[in-house]
Amino acid sequence: MTWTWFHRLGSPPHVYRLAGRLTPWFAWSAGLLIVAGLFGGLVLAPPDYQQGNGFRIIYVHAPTAWLSLMVYTWMGMAAAVGLIWRIKVAHAVAAACAPVGASFTAVALATGSLFGKPMWGTWWVWTPRLTSELLLLFLYLGYMGLRASFDDTQRADRASAVLAVVGIVNVPIVHYSVVWWNDLHQASSITLTGKDTIATSMLVPLLVSLLGFSLYFGAVLLVRLRAEILRRERAAAWIREALA
Amino acid sequence: MVGSILRAENLHLWRAERHVLKGIDLTVCGGELLQLTGVNGAGKTTLLRVLCGLNHLEEGRVFWNGQDVRQDREGFHASLVYLGHEPPLKPDLSGIENLGFWAGMRHRVSPAAIHEALVRTGAGEFATRPVRTLSAGQRRRVALAALILAAVPLWLLDEPTTNLDSGGQELVAALLDAHLAAGGLAIAAVHHRLAIEPARMRELNLSA
Amino acid sequence: MAARLVIARDLKLAFRRPEQLLHPLAFFVLVTTLFPLSVGPESSILRTLAPGALWVAALLAALLALDFLFRDDAQDGTLEQYALSGQSLTWLLLGKTAAHWLLTGVPLSVMAPLMGYTLGVPGRASVGIILTVALGSLALSFIGSIGAALTLGARRGGMLLAILILPLAAPILIFGSKATELAIRGETYVAPMELLGAIVVLSFTLAPLAAAAAVRISLE
Repeated sequence: MTWTWFHRLGSPPHVYRLAGRLTPWFAWSAGLLIVAGLFGGLVLAPPDYQQGNGFRIIYVHAPTAWLSLMVYTWMGMAAAVGLIWRIKVAHAVAAACAPVGASFTAVALATGSLFGKPMWGTWWVWTPRLTSELLLLFLYLGYMGLRASFDDTQRADRASAVLAVVGIVNVPIVHYSVVWWNDLHQASSITLTGKDTIATSMLVPLLVSLLGFSLYFGAVLLVRLRAEILRRERAAAWIREALA
Repeated sequence: MVGSILRAENLHLWRAERHVLKGIDLTVCGGELLQLTGVNGAGKTTLLRVLCGLNHLEEGRVFWNGQDVRQDREGFHASLVYLGHEPPLKPDLSGIENLGFWAGMRHRVSPAAIHEALVRTGAGEFATRPVRTLSAGQRRRVALAALILAAVPLWLLDEPTTNLDSGGQELVAALLDAHLAAGGLAIAAVHHRLAIEPARMRELNLSA
Repeated sequence: MAARLVIARDLKLAFRRPEQLLHPLAFFVLVTTLFPLSVGPESSILRTLAPGALWVAALLAALLALDFLFRDDAQDGTLEQYALSGQSLTWLLLGKTAAHWLLTGVPLSVMAPLMGYTLGVPGRASVGIILTVALGSLALSFIGSIGAALTLGARRGGMLLAILILPLAAPILIFGSKATELAIRGETYVAPMELLGAIVVLSFTLAPLAAAAAVRISLE
């Protein structure tokens, strides 16, 4: 088993070309799966006997909420790789992930809030999920803010990488302390997925939608990664050849 | 102390897109002073910091007594003292207190030894005053005492004669002479050549 | 050990300018005073708000104080000397953070029951308040040291520090205010204290490592 393919992942020109080739695959499959998932969820699945049609927002909410955490994990891992082995491409991946993850978190919050309005009559309730997502959004914004406050790219990369790794350790702690806080203060115990079993006709579109959104993240990440690499390597010779 | 060697091979460093260190090679042996000269921005301070290990090298290696410094970073640091542009003295503490903490981090120093070092650098009279009441030249003299107290073979100095009058410049030369005679080595970034015995002196011009 | 020397130096420096030690305390008192000013003097409301108000005020005061944990040392080259001393930077920073807590967290925790009294908290809860705020501020000092190290040399470092640290400080706030609330009610506050203690242990073992990495990055 040769590891050259792995080592080449550290080379910006190689990653740039590879990302370019992979993007259409991700983008098209994401498009198909999201359409299929939303069709299944919005049209095919029966209305929930308790929540009527309002629950359908979950087909957007659940994938984006799950992804907001997944993207943070990817970001943290990429940052750790960049920090420990000093690989610039890894830092570019982390930088590319952040705004996408923050957007997913914002959408999760917005859809969670939209769900809440018909259910509880207000635009915001301090449920554990929403509160955790809000704190996660601040973690993302903090990461992006730290990056932006340094002019030197290398310094920005390394400092924000430390923050991302610290964040990874803290995300589970923050999440569980919020759950504990919620139980403690006996606030509303309504959760968005509910503890009752979810019917297959509702579950399948959810999983399809989840996979679709994940591939969408992949596609967006690849595009952003190419842009990051272009920005960082703008003085290098290979750029002129690649863009010619 | 005798027989120490610092060797650097093919040092490259980029700052943003500027190629600051372009393949520097150097070797300094015990008893030698290497003077780094060059215009402002040539990379003298950067080179000193790279040799210390503060700045990261993109390419190249540094060897202390034959061993790559990355293998025993703490051991290497224990063998050197770095004096940058600004002496790291706390304004609210006196010279004696500052040195007690600074030198004391490496090994025990007695107050008598501190006082003796300060007298040797001409700072004996104002050793007990808070550093904020001292002039820049007086602070530099206090900082130079740290070199004596450190008792290490390698001195890395960034413009050691800044703010010093002619007496102070002779002091630096005398301290270096004594250090080199005992087998120590030194690398100093300078704008004007130091008045050291020529046999012990070598130069690396970074503007070339 | 060199860490002890670092603690000694920081304490000595702080006592050369003792008036500066009062700043976080004054801020704490002022913020606590803002609560009755904004919600009215009715004692039942204040008593309900008291644990939260005390903790928010203590958190903000500690955050402001964190700004100067490393700043002076970074500016005058002391941090650089620490990195070059041949000693473990992690231990040295642990020492600095511990000294910082002694100078800010401990006075805050002693001040807290006094301000609590003004919010209608009974005096018998004082010991509980001191213990809970002391433990929470210890965790906060360590977690905050990471933020302080990361924002060295960053533009608007102080505000950025707060933005970075507050989400990470949420667990401390949650458990700490719960513990204080239980202490005020005279009930046992062991459970949240144990969780807070776990956070303290985690933070003082891991935070100095992260802070040391961040300091080295700032020196590059």
